[in-house]
Amino acid sequence: MRRIDAIAIVAEAAERSDALVVCNLGYPSRELFFVRDRPENFYMLGSMGLASSIALGLSLALQDRRVIAIDGDGSVLMNLGTLATIASFASSNYLLVVLDNRVYGSTGCQPTCTSRCTDLAAVARGAGVRDVRVVSDEEALRMSLSGSGVVVVIVEQGNADVPVIPLSPQEILSRFMGRASQRMRRS
Amino acid sequence: MSTELRPSELVYRGIKGAGIDLVVSVPCVNLQELLCLLSSDPDIIHIPVTREEEGIGVCAGAYMGGRRPAIAMQNSGLGNSINALASLNMLYGIPLLMVISHRGTPGERLVGQIPMGRLTEPLLNAMGIKFFRPRPHEAEEIVKDAWNLAANERRPVAVLLDIQFWEGR
Repeated sequence: MRRIDAIAIVAEAAERSDALVVCNLGYPSRELFFVRDRPENFYMLGSMGLASSIALGLSLALQDRRVIAIDGDGSVLMNLGTLATIASFASSNYLLVVLDNRVYGSTGCQPTCTSRCTDLAAVARGAGVRDVRVVSDEEALRMSLSGSGVVVVIVEQGNADVPVIPLSPQEILSRFMGRASQRMRRS
Repeated sequence: MSTELRPSELVYRGIKGAGIDLVVSVPCVNLQELLCLLSSDPDIIHIPVTREEEGIGVCAGAYMGGRRPAIAMQNSGLGNSINALASLNMLYGIPLLMVISHRGTPGERLVGQIPMGRLTEPLLNAMGIKFFRPRPHEAEEIVKDAWNLAANERRPVAVLLDIQFWEGR
């Protein structure tokens, strides 16, 4: 599965459940913008490693709103403590999706430790996260996105050829906060 | 002491007065009483984080969700947070109240605290982060002012509490 296809599946599920999405910086945000831009997407432009933490804060602030973090293996490795904090404090409205391509994809595909021996799903379980799934095909990914906890998605290396996001940081934040402050639009 | 309330209680009253409703923390021996007050307050979500930079992210997300966030940490944590403060809070315009136990100030007994103690103000100045250094009797008002400044200017603002502060001086 290509990462951009996995992102499209997550974006579709997020839209269906009116979820807020916090997306890791670099190509993942660009790919998400390309496949399905929504004001409910927060595109990170810096602070690598913190997608999972930003989404945790958001989900604690908005307990009746679904929040999905789209993160990468390199970013989660940069902030491994987040898995312990999520295990201890996240509510059922929080889902962390880790797209594991085993490299630092945005900087030239230097291998991460998951390419050698690190098992992020096992780390998440060890940190105390109760609901951890590992998926590697599109159907399994679709099935895994309705719950909470952590989903590790095994994806291929490589970035899609997508443009830079043409929004300023202020635009990204203001439209995101505008939607975050609205009540859920559930029928 | 110039007041009947303890220094930690004065900081807590400032946090309450500012309407802060989510606090992340990394402990310091000088923050222990404040952290107990925060943990026992039903109107404040208190999340102990594993590292300060992580807490900056949690606070930013909480602000986006409509909360008024603060971080309580040692000044060593400022060093762990600089990229997040710059490329998250300052880049997007996200306010944050930082209540910082300033170790390495006069009275410090641990040599390991001295370098960050000396670097704290220069780092804040280099980042353009405004900071206050209240005496205990000023703390309640200054903590409130610091949040108001952060919210109005949409940026992080720090309150430095040095070793003498906790001694009531």
